Amino acid sequence: MSTTTVTGVKAQDVVERALQLSTSDGCIVLAQESSEANLRWAANTLTTNGVMRGRRLTVIATDGGNEGTATGVVSRSNVGLDQVESLVRAAEEAARTGRAAEDARPLITPDQVPAGAQGWEQEPAETSIGVFGQLASTLGEVFLDARAAGRELFGFAEHQLHTTYLGTSTGVRVRHAQPTGRIEVTGKTADWSRSSWVGHSTRDFSDIDMAAVDAELARRLGWAKRRVDLDAGRYETLLPPSAVADLMAYMYWTSVARDADDGRTVFSRQGGGTRVGERLASKPLRVWSDPAAEGLQCDPVVFATSSGSSQSVFDNGLPIGETDWIADGELKALIQTRHSAELTGLPMTPGVDNLLMASADATRGLDEMVADTSRGLLLTCLWYIREVEPQTLLLTGLTRDGVYLVEGGEVVAEVNNFRFNESPVDLMGRLTEVGLTQRTLAREFGDYFTRSAMPTWRVGDFNMSSVSKAS
Amino acid sequence: MPEIDAAFTDLPLRRLADAALSRAKTLGADHADIRVERIKDSHLSLHDARLDGTSDGEDVGFAVRVLLDGSWGFASHVDLTPESAERVAEQAIEVAKVSRPLSTQRIELADEPAYGDLTWVSPYDVDPFSVSDSDKISLLADWSSGLLAHDIVAHADASVHSVVENKFYSDLAGTTTTQQRVRIQCQLEALGIDKESGRFDTMRTLAAPAGRGWEYLTGTGYDWAAELDELPEHLTEKLRAPSVEGGVYDLVIDPTNLFLTIHESIGHATELDRALGYEANYAGTSFATFDQLGTLKYGSPVMNVTGDRVAEHGLASIGWDDEGVAGQEWDIIKDGVLVGYQLDRPMARLKELGRSNGCAFADSPGHVPMQRMANVSLQPAAGGPSTDELISRVDRGIYVVGDKSWSIDMQRYNFQFTGQRFFKIENGRLAGQLRDVAYQATTTDFWGSLEAVGGPQTYYLGGAFNCGKGQPGQVAAVSHGCPATLFRDVRILNTQAEAGR
Repeated sequence: MSTTTVTGVKAQDVVERALQLSTSDGCIVLAQESSEANLRWAANTLTTNGVMRGRRLTVIATDGGNEGTATGVVSRSNVGLDQVESLVRAAEEAARTGRAAEDARPLITPDQVPAGAQGWEQEPAETSIGVFGQLASTLGEVFLDARAAGRELFGFAEHQLHTTYLGTSTGVRVRHAQPTGRIEVTGKTADWSRSSWVGHSTRDFSDIDMAAVDAELARRLGWAKRRVDLDAGRYETLLPPSAVADLMAYMYWTSVARDADDGRTVFSRQGGGTRVGERLASKPLRVWSDPAAEGLQCDPVVFATSSGSSQSVFDNGLPIGETDWIADGELKALIQTRHSAELTGLPMTPGVDNLLMASADATRGLDEMVADTSRGLLLTCLWYIREVEPQTLLLTGLTRDGVYLVEGGEVVAEVNNFRFNESPVDLMGRLTEVGLTQRTLAREFGDYFTRSAMPTWRVGDFNMSSVSKAS
Repeated sequence: MPEIDAAFTDLPLRRLADAALSRAKTLGADHADIRVERIKDSHLSLHDARLDGTSDGEDVGFAVRVLLDGSWGFASHVDLTPESAERVAEQAIEVAKVSRPLSTQRIELADEPAYGDLTWVSPYDVDPFSVSDSDKISLLADWSSGLLAHDIVAHADASVHSVVENKFYSDLAGTTTTQQRVRIQCQLEALGIDKESGRFDTMRTLAAPAGRGWEYLTGTGYDWAAELDELPEHLTEKLRAPSVEGGVYDLVIDPTNLFLTIHESIGHATELDRALGYEANYAGTSFATFDQLGTLKYGSPVMNVTGDRVAEHGLASIGWDDEGVAGQEWDIIKDGVLVGYQLDRPMARLKELGRSNGCAFADSPGHVPMQRMANVSLQPAAGGPSTDELISRVDRGIYVVGDKSWSIDMQRYNFQFTGQRFFKIENGRLAGQLRDVAYQATTTDFWGSLEAVGGPQTYYLGGAFNCGKGQPGQVAAVSHGCPATLFRDVRILNTQAEAGR
């Protein structure tokens, strides 16, 4: 690969040029080089595919006026060297005429940046359609097999490589290349009356076996040969890691310190402050993030192209470490900016782009948990999860692509889908068993929250609020 | 009428088109089109009248799509040079060749006239990008401070999001269009905390996002002052309101709430690509299967729903779609029966439905066009009742105002919605707010229970900026018009009871 990129100039040079041109009190520049490849198919035929390449430059100017520091944030795609100045001036103008930013803090300095997060001189990493190699060559065969067996496959495979170059007027220079990939496949019987789903996250597709994916779909569609209709109600329910990942992702996004301190979330303490320090789970649960987690590696420093309650542009370049959000069932930390950390008097724990959960008393995987179920429901995944009520974090959503009835330790039939109403925070206090943790793909939020490792949950009385006729 | 921004028309649009289309033709493409796009996007948010975050983005790029031997090929890039356009056309041809052996269906396009070289600009007065951030922040800060002056308001959030979208399209058949669309969304939300009970709740403005410019925030098309005046009182009443008793109620649903129910239970369900399974792994399929076109009883006989891409200030309104099809209006549900779908050119041909109704859209130059939602709207009854008249027909019911939480299944059967405000109806009159309310139903049961639609005086154009579909995901803005409505016997949940409290 050549050292020049989309516009014929190196991203590092664009960042340096912007910093040289800057005349404001402070300047932060992020150049994000992205490449993506994807394949999409429906009913055993390829429908769309694509390769995309892009660059986005964001200039953040800070202006320390009499009333505090203001910022201007301006982003453009595909900026060449000759267009950098107009971007810098636009950001400076916005900062000069803007209002003081509540989250203003001194910019990060090079001594604060972890050594492993550098490598500034390296080129952007790039993906191509070739990343699918084995997958693309077996896909046609798998389509033929599926068709012969009366299955229709619908799916999507995507690989992205995003390389971020961060430079600041205080001398920080950081580069990070982030691969993100996933494959997800829905299998249906030819009449579409039965449906199942398998999804995996991956960094490079070398660990994806399409034939195995199809075999798992065939096994699950086989479970559905017998159909039992059940009414709405509370059921003992096994939630597999994908379903747990979606519920935990929503809870994680809600665990923002400033919002809790405002008094607007499930993590707000009545009368003011946050619930950090409170016990949330009956089990010895740990919920944590770690940029170095095996197979789930993610950004090791803060990259923020805008400010809000959960991130601050002033924190760009701050290191991100292993963070326990919940430890031994107790709420330990919330997502912070330096501003909110001061506001709440809690440690600075920025958001991390992965999430893991485990229970210290876990001994069994999903299959063993099924084998030890006298009567209950086994879910495949959840869908269309939305917040109904923020105070308890009541969420609603649907079961999707296979709800199975377990009797006497075996899957005996498929059941209709349900709409549920449950709070993940409440559920954590009601878990009757937590299984072993494994890497998974959240069905609903996996398109932008791809990196998670979750256990299976057994809930004694999961609230299936009504029946959904969807299949 | 504003003109198309010269910064867009100064791009080498026609040179790129010539380079890409002639290359594609030489390489044997049966159809080829190029889209050059520039999308400007600005967000600004305030927390408690102080600036929280801003961002100001611009995306420029182009895409070439070819049809070669019945297979699609698509490629995009950001370098706007004729050489790059030729290369991207070659890539698109290559992609089509690679796709051929994996494709079992031969793609053909429904006929559409060639229109020559045309221009379209959405109606607005003031380009939001001509207004300084400082002026925008001042306006939102004043409004926020006004809310915070009330004791009940613990926190106030304000945000404004504006977009200017330029598209140039040209195809081998001889249609070349240059378009500009402007849209804006502004919301303010007040948070109140009841110190005694510890309960908190919010109340949000109901102003719909619209295909308008900055004038929408300064007096044209919406009365912000009146709504902001009422907001703290609505919040106070909501915090003190009794919890609803779950059960079956008659509902008068305000269009500020119903537009979203229309979006989810009609808009998505009548997308033909969903009915054909193209979205089965992601957004889902549809209960309104193709074999039921012309026979499916979707709702009661007073239900008439149209699709359009021409409504004034509609978020899905255009001159021509991303396949060169002119904007139209058509029937989706007539007298309660499903009579039409939303189409693009390949699906219109595949199902022998004649001409496409113009629903192809790509949200960015890097994404392939797909069938996206038109403005899907429930029609009012000529000479129909007012909202008060509808309320007067209810003995025991609830009047639902403003959208909030929404969720619907992957075949668009089972849904659950909440709202901003729920008022108890007793003997034909409003009797104060209720809280903890959600309505839950199956689509055809719900629309079957529609007893009456209001007159044109109750009609309101709602909408959303954030409709998601497709893999890779694409976002589209869409409007939905509707009158006030009366539904009988709808299931109401108490959300506290659902939470096990």
